[in-house]
Amino acid sequence: MRGSLTDTALPAAFAGWFMARGWAPHDHQMAMLAAAREGRHALLVAPTGGGKTLAGFLPSLLDLADGAHRGLHTLYVSPLKALTVDVHRNLERPIAEMALPIRAETRTGDTPEAKRRRQRRQPPHILMTTPESLALMLSYPDAATLFGGLRAVVIDEVHALAGSKRGDLLALGLARLSRLAPDARRVGLSATVAWPDDLKRWLAPDADAVSVDLVACTEGTAAKIVLLQSDSLPWSGHTAHYALPQVYQAIVESGTTIVFVNTRAQAEIVFQGLWRLNDAALPIALHHGSLAAEQRRKVEAAMAAGRLRAVVATSSLDLGVDWAAVDLVVQIGAPKGVSRLVQRIGRAGHQLDRPSRALLVPGNRFEVLECQAALDAIRDGELDGERPGPGGLEVLAQHILGTACAGPFTADALYAEVRRAAPYAHLARNDFDDTVRFVTDGGYALAGYDRYCRLTRGEDGSYRLAAPAFARLYRMNVGTIVEAVMLRVKLKKGPVLGQVEEYFIQGLSPGDTFLFSGEVLRFEGVRDTTVLVTRADGSEPKVPAYAGGRLPLSTNLASRVRTMLDRPGHWHALPPPVHRWLDLQRRRSLLPAGDRLLVETFPRRGREFLVAYAFEGRNAHQTLGLLLTRRMERAGLGPLGFVATDYVLAVWSLRPATDVAALFGLDMLGDDLEEWMAESAVLRRTFRNVAVIAGLIERRHPGHEKTGRQVTFNTDLIYTVLRQYDPGHVLLRATRDDAARGFVDARRLAALLTRVQGHIDVRRLERVSPLAVPVLLEIGKETVEGGGWEEALDDAAQALIDEAMRAPSDGLVAGTATA
Amino acid sequence: MSAAAFSFGGEPVIATPMGALVLPDHAALVVADLHLEKGSALARRNRLLPPYDTRATLERLAAAVHRWQPQVVVCLGDSFHDGGGEARLDPADRDALTNLMAGRTWIWVTGNHDRDAAGALGGRVVTSWSLAALTCRHQAEATADTPELSGHFHPKAAVALYRRRLSRPCFVEDDRRLILPAFGAFTGGLDVFDPALTGLLAPHFRAHLLGRDTVHTLPAAALLRPRR
Repeated sequence: MRGSLTDTALPAAFAGWFMARGWAPHDHQMAMLAAAREGRHALLVAPTGGGKTLAGFLPSLLDLADGAHRGLHTLYVSPLKALTVDVHRNLERPIAEMALPIRAETRTGDTPEAKRRRQRRQPPHILMTTPESLALMLSYPDAATLFGGLRAVVIDEVHALAGSKRGDLLALGLARLSRLAPDARRVGLSATVAWPDDLKRWLAPDADAVSVDLVACTEGTAAKIVLLQSDSLPWSGHTAHYALPQVYQAIVESGTTIVFVNTRAQAEIVFQGLWRLNDAALPIALHHGSLAAEQRRKVEAAMAAGRLRAVVATSSLDLGVDWAAVDLVVQIGAPKGVSRLVQRIGRAGHQLDRPSRALLVPGNRFEVLECQAALDAIRDGELDGERPGPGGLEVLAQHILGTACAGPFTADALYAEVRRAAPYAHLARNDFDDTVRFVTDGGYALAGYDRYCRLTRGEDGSYRLAAPAFARLYRMNVGTIVEAVMLRVKLKKGPVLGQVEEYFIQGLSPGDTFLFSGEVLRFEGVRDTTVLVTRADGSEPKVPAYAGGRLPLSTNLASRVRTMLDRPGHWHALPPPVHRWLDLQRRRSLLPAGDRLLVETFPRRGREFLVAYAFEGRNAHQTLGLLLTRRMERAGLGPLGFVATDYVLAVWSLRPATDVAALFGLDMLGDDLEEWMAESAVLRRTFRNVAVIAGLIERRHPGHEKTGRQVTFNTDLIYTVLRQYDPGHVLLRATRDDAARGFVDARRLAALLTRVQGHIDVRRLERVSPLAVPVLLEIGKETVEGGGWEEALDDAAQALIDEAMRAPSDGLVAGTATA
Repeated sequence: MSAAAFSFGGEPVIATPMGALVLPDHAALVVADLHLEKGSALARRNRLLPPYDTRATLERLAAAVHRWQPQVVVCLGDSFHDGGGEARLDPADRDALTNLMAGRTWIWVTGNHDRDAAGALGGRVVTSWSLAALTCRHQAEATADTPELSGHFHPKAAVALYRRRLSRPCFVEDDRRLILPAFGAFTGGLDVFDPALTGLLAPHFRAHLLGRDTVHTLPAAALLRPRR
C-alpha cells in the first residue's frame, strides 16, 4: 500500500532521495503535502512508526528548499524534550543528504542562555521546542518579530497534550501565535484516538473542526495480541509474579522486548523478579520516571543501539522515541484503557508492514476480565479515553501574565483571542474578568489591598506590567507541571541513583529497606534534599509505594467488563479458574448485572462488610467510600474503614447497613460532596498545584529551595484562610473544577449514582462471596483513611502516651484537664 | 475543648488548643508571634497572597479573649510581621484590635520583626515583662535564671501515626522555660529537635501538641525525630 506515484507530486531532489533509500512516500505523507499545498490545516492520525514526523515536515522542507525564506518558518512543539532532540536528529538526515539550505535547531529548558539569545536574534528556519519554551518565547517583547514570518506550526503527540494543562497552555500560546502570524498553518500529529473531532477542534485556529483536514493512516497490519494462559491465577495483586517465568521465556524467544507495567513500584518488583530468573544473563534494563535522567538516557541509548534484550518500563516510555528493533510488547497488570493499550502495543514492530506482537499478563482474576475486555474492544476497533474538557483558569492566569510581559493588552482583545483556543472557546466573560483581576491585584474581596498590583491600567483601559520584577517571576515559574516534591537518592560515597517523592521517605526510619532502581537499599538518613542510602543486598525490602502511574479504569473498559459478567455464554473464552470463580459467584450470590448495582453485605471476624460492585475506577470509588462512610457515621453504623479498587468498593463497620438504597441516594452528591471536598486533603493538594500555576506562590528552584514540607504547609494555611474569607475566589473555583475532574472524579460518581437509582440489588450473605475475595485481600495493603487525621490523632494519643511512658523519660506528664 | 493544665515555674498554667497560654491565678493570657500583616508585607515584595491573615489571627485572638476574659494580655513579640505593619492595618482590623485591648493591660513585648514597634495602638511596648515569677521575652535566653515564657521559634513536633508523619505546632517546655507556638495564621514552624531548640531545652523536655480540640502532652522520647 505504498504511495502510488511520486514524481509528479515531488520535486526531483526529493523523489530521488526517497528512491535512493529504497522508499516510496506513504499515502498519508502525500495527503499531508496536498493539504499544505491547498493551505489547509491538517491532523495526521497514525500509529507509531508510520513516518509520521516526516509527513509533518515534508511540506516545510519543500517550501524551504529554494533558500528564499528568511527567518523562522516552521515551529515544532512536542511534549518531550527527548523527542525534540530525536526528531531534530531524524530531520537532519534528509536535510544533509539533499544538501538543503535549511537550519534546524532545538530550544528547550536545557538550551544554554547564549544560544537562546542568538536564536531570538537570528532564528533558524525550523525550531523544535516544548510548550513551556514556546510560552517563554511569547513573553518577550520581540515575539512579534520572531514569529511574524512563521508559516507552519507542527504539534507532535497532540493526543497527549489536548485535555491536559500543558495542552491548555499550548492552546493559548497558539492563539497568541495566530495573532502574530495569521498565515501560519497548523499541523497536528497524533496517535489513533476515539475522538478525532475534538482533536481537530483543539488544533483549529478558531476551535472549528471544519477548517482542519483529517489524514488517517490506514496502512499497517493488525497486531497479534495474546492473553497469557495459566492454570494458577492469583486472587489479588498486580505484579503477576506467577507468570514471570513465562514472561522471561517470551523475552528469550524475542529480539527486543518492552515489558510495560503500571506503576514504578511494579516496575521495581518485576525487574527484580526477571533478574532472579535471568540465568542467561540477558541485558535487561529498567526505565521509570524516578530514575536519574542520565540513567534513563543511557537505557534509551542502549535500546536504540540494539544492546538490550528487554526493558521494564512505566508510562515513561509510552511516548517518544521510535525503536524499530522492538518486536514484542508485554503488558503486565491491567491495561486500564483501550487507547493506552493500543499505543503501548504500537511500540513494537515499528514498520507498518510488520505486525506488532503483544502479550497481556493479568495480575489477578479481575484483570483477566479487563484484559479480555480490552482484546474485544481492539477487535471491534473501539477506542476510549477522556475527551478534552474546558481549560483551567489557573493556566489562563499564567497566560495573561505572560501576555502582559510581552506588552500591553486590552481585556476585550485578549478575551476574543483566548476564546479562539478550543479549551477556552466557552469561557464566560466573568470568569475571564475575574482571572484578569486575580493577575492584576490578587482579586481579593478586601478593599484597600489593590494598592499592591502586578498590572496597572492605563487611561486607555489597557493593562501593562507594573514592574519588570514580575516578568522575572513569570519566567521563573512558567509551565503547568508541578512536580511532587522530590528528593535525590544517593549512595553513601557513591553516585545519585534517582529521585523519590518526599512523602515516601517521610514514612521511613533509618535502617528500613526499600526497592529502588532494581536494588534493595537501606535508608540511612536525609541531608538537605538528598536521601542517603547504602546497598542492602539480600534483605527483604519494604516496597516503594509511589503515587504516580495509577490510572483509573476507563469507562469504556468498565462497561465491557460489566457486560462480560452479565453474559455467562461468553465465559468459555476465559481461563478455567476465572470461569469457575464466576460460576461459584452466580451460585453463592449474584453476578453484577448490566446497568444495575450489586451490593453485598456480610459479617466477617466481628466486622460488618459492605461490598459495592460499581466498576467506575479507583478515583470515583475512593470518593464514594469517603462519602459513604460519612453517611454511615451519621446513621450510627460505626464505619471503620474502606478500600477502593478499580472495580469495587468495600466498607467495614461495627453494625450492618440495612437501608442500602438510602445510603446510595443521589443526595450524596449535594451537601455531603461539597462538605467533604472542602475539607479533603485532595483539595489542598490540588490547590497547591493551582496556586503554583496561577503564580500565587513560587515554584521551587534548585539551589534556593525551602523544604517541600514548608511549601505544603504554607499553601495549606493560605487555602484555609482563603476558603474562610473569600470562598468565591477564582483560584478556589479553579481548584474545585480541577479536583472534580481528576482525583475526585465526581463526574463518574454522579453518572453511577444516577444510573443505579432504583436498580440496586442487595444481597445479605452469611459469609464473604467469591467475587468479594480480591478486594478483601487488598485490605491492609492499602492505607485506609476513614476519618480525618484529627480523629486519628485523638485515637492514637492514648496509645502513644502508653508507649511513651515505657520509654526512659522523666515521665512527669500532668493529666489533661477539660477546660 | 481539652486544654493541658500543668504547673510551670510554680504557677498553674493552661496550654490551649489555639496556642494561647493562660495563667488563671493572674487572669493573664499570653500569645506569641502573631505576625499581623504578613500578607501585606509579602504583597509589598510582589507576592500577592490572600490578605486575610490579619483578620483570621485577630478572630482567633478575640475568641481566646472572649473565652478566658483576661485582665492582662501579653504578646511575646513579632506581633507585627514588620515595622510598617501597624500602619497598614485595615480600618476594620484596627477597630477589632483596639476593641480587644480596651479595658485590659496590654503588653507588646518586642521581637526581631517588630523591634521598632511604636505602640501607636496603645498598650505598653517593652523588651521583657515580669508576670509573677515568670519572665516574658521574645526569644529564650540560654543564661536566663528565672523561669521564662517566650516565642520566636514557632515550635512544632511530629508523631508517627499509622506509619505516617503528622506534624503539629506545639508548646515546648522544660523546668526552666516554656516556649509558645506561633499564634498567627500564616506562620510556619521549626521542629523541636532543631539544634536551635535542643540547645536551649533539657533533654527530657515535654511537648504539648495542638490538635483540633485537644492539646496532646507527650515527652520528648515519644516524638518523631526529624530525618537527618
